[in-house]
Amino acid sequence: MAGVLIYSANQGLALELISAARKIEDSVVAVSLNDDSLAQALAGAGAKTLKISNPNLVVGDTGAVAAAIKQVLDKENIDTVLLSSDRRGKELAGRLAQAIGAGCLTDVTAINVDGSKIECQRNALGGATIAVQYIEGPKVIAIRPRSYEAAGAGNGSIEELAVEIKAAGIKVLDFKPKAGDSVNIEAAEILVAVGQGLSDEGKLADVQALASKLGGEVACSKPVATDKKWLSEERIIGLSGKKCKPQLAILLGISGQVQFTVGIRDARVIAAVNTDENAAINYMADYIMQADLHDVIKELNEKL
Amino acid sequence: MNIVVAMKQIPDLQQIRIRNRKPVLDGVPSALGIIDKNALEAAVLIKENQGGKVIVLSAGNEEVEETVKEALAAGADEAFLVLDDDLEGADGSTKGLVLAEAIKKIEDVGLILFGEGSGDNYSGQVGSRVAELLGLPQVGYASSIEINDSSAVITRSLEDGDEIIEVSLPVVVSVQGDINEPRIPSVTQILKAGRKPKEVLELEDLEIDLTGLPEIVTVSNLAPETDRKQVKVASVEELLQALKTEGVI
Ligand SMILES: Cc1cc2nc3c(=O)[nH]c(=O)nc-3n(C[C@H](O)[C@H](O)[C@H](O)COP(=O)(O)OP(=O)(O)OC[C@H]3O[C@@H](n4cnc5c(N)ncnc54)[C@H](O)[C@@H]3O)c2cc1C
Repeated sequence: MAGVLIYSANQGLALELISAARKIEDSVVAVSLNDDSLAQALAGAGAKTLKISNPNLVVGDTGAVAAAIKQVLDKENIDTVLLSSDRRGKELAGRLAQAIGAGCLTDVTAINVDGSKIECQRNALGGATIAVQYIEGPKVIAIRPRSYEAAGAGNGSIEELAVEIKAAGIKVLDFKPKAGDSVNIEAAEILVAVGQGLSDEGKLADVQALASKLGGEVACSKPVATDKKWLSEERIIGLSGKKCKPQLAILLGISGQVQFTVGIRDARVIAAVNTDENAAINYMADYIMQADLHDVIKELNEKL
Repeated sequence: MNIVVAMKQIPDLQQIRIRNRKPVLDGVPSALGIIDKNALEAAVLIKENQGGKVIVLSAGNEEVEETVKEALAAGADEAFLVLDDDLEGADGSTKGLVLAEAIKKIEDVGLILFGEGSGDNYSGQVGSRVAELLGLPQVGYASSIEINDSSAVITRSLEDGDEIIEVSLPVVVSVQGDINEPRIPSVTQILKAGRKPKEVLELEDLEIDLTGLPEIVTVSNLAPETDRKQVKVASVEELLQALKTEGVI
């Protein structure tokens, strides 16, 4: 194997990738695209950094980004790439893999090197199982955010590199930042999570009050954030949200489909409140209460 | 302009049982990926507005012919299927090649839609592979699509913001699950679905070489061990007492 290359447009995630890459090889090559501060950070964390500046290269043009990285891989003779499994990284993963004739695994939560194999752990069957897989041949592996610590300070280098990119058929017209929600449900010791059993947005205040009384954070199932838009996507537990391991999770009105439970199964204690006696979530719970969640929240807020 | 919607047949995840930590797939019925249905709905809405045809494209085993009827009932006009038992469980590099080759056989394609991830694997790589194979621009994680003649304005919804993209057609787009609410077909639509045109090919009808592709090897695929107490509590007091005993409140 000839080296490992890492790339993420997100600086924090790129630094995590350096740590992941060091499990494979000590010397890590990193790429920055039209981003000097990223190049500085990568070199500052010990990576041999190839800095690309090209006006035709737009991060929103996945094809152009893949073409640029392919040229770096060819020049450096590298056939293993680690990307971040955020949305940009996942979108890029398949395209880059196709461009270099590689196999591709995304949403990888851990890698383990066994001889020449890089075994990757990832959720399968919607999260019902955890698969361990490796790629034979060139590889593109996208690592789920926060699976590795950011790399500490090191002595890297920066080299400029020229690539050829055709003018893009893609134009970024605008970027509208999402209203920030700085909550970190992955770090919370106690989570009070609500699902579609919650009757209306107005009831969220009681949920927040309960979480505050317990010293925890409010979290939710995916539809509460993406369909109803009652809470930010930062608070989603599950396959396409966060993987949490609190001491206590109180789950209110959540049915317990695998894409949700995969994000909470590492909790130490789980209590589930659901009107349905046979809800799937009950198999995942230590304490099961068949009741209307609104009554339960009210009573808990009174008693705590 | 025609719109191709690539849809994947997956096992109905709600019906998979775990025995000795292994998933039991025997007898589990097939379904279309949930987010693929959002992609179909997006296509049908565009068609209703601007005309053209919606062609559902799927590659898999023989059962796909039956599974895909749901898409024909929900608004697709035609199905283009590549059926071969070898395609069952095929990985992204194989599926990408097969779908790209099939799309080349469909005329006047302006838009190729995918879901952001399949319901089972959620790996999200096939759409990107197809875009690369066809040399087309792509936009992932779309939360809105607006078509104007020969271009589209698409919102790519990222973790920290929405990126508004203008792109020339044809383009490959993968949609997010919240882009729309897929329609539920009526009984008449379901009955009519079987009579809609279908083109069925086998792998050997496509001029592709599937040898020498990178391979994904699965070492193990097990359900995590769960060991939950599953104690029923009858009142809030009982619940609080239990949580105190656990030392978590
Ligand atoms: C590729 C993919 C990725 C996904 N990723 C995620 C993910 O990361 N996270 C996620 O959560 N989902 C995810 N999903 C969606 C997932 O499949 C489920 O649709 C979702 O988790 C269901 O949310 P829910 O339990 O809140 O809603 P529902 O399934 O509608 O359940 C609501 C529950 O509330 C109960 N209830 C109703 N009224 C009351 C009441 N008054 N009191 C108490 N209980 C009540 C009902 O009995 C029911 O059990 C994903 C799906 C796909 C296809």
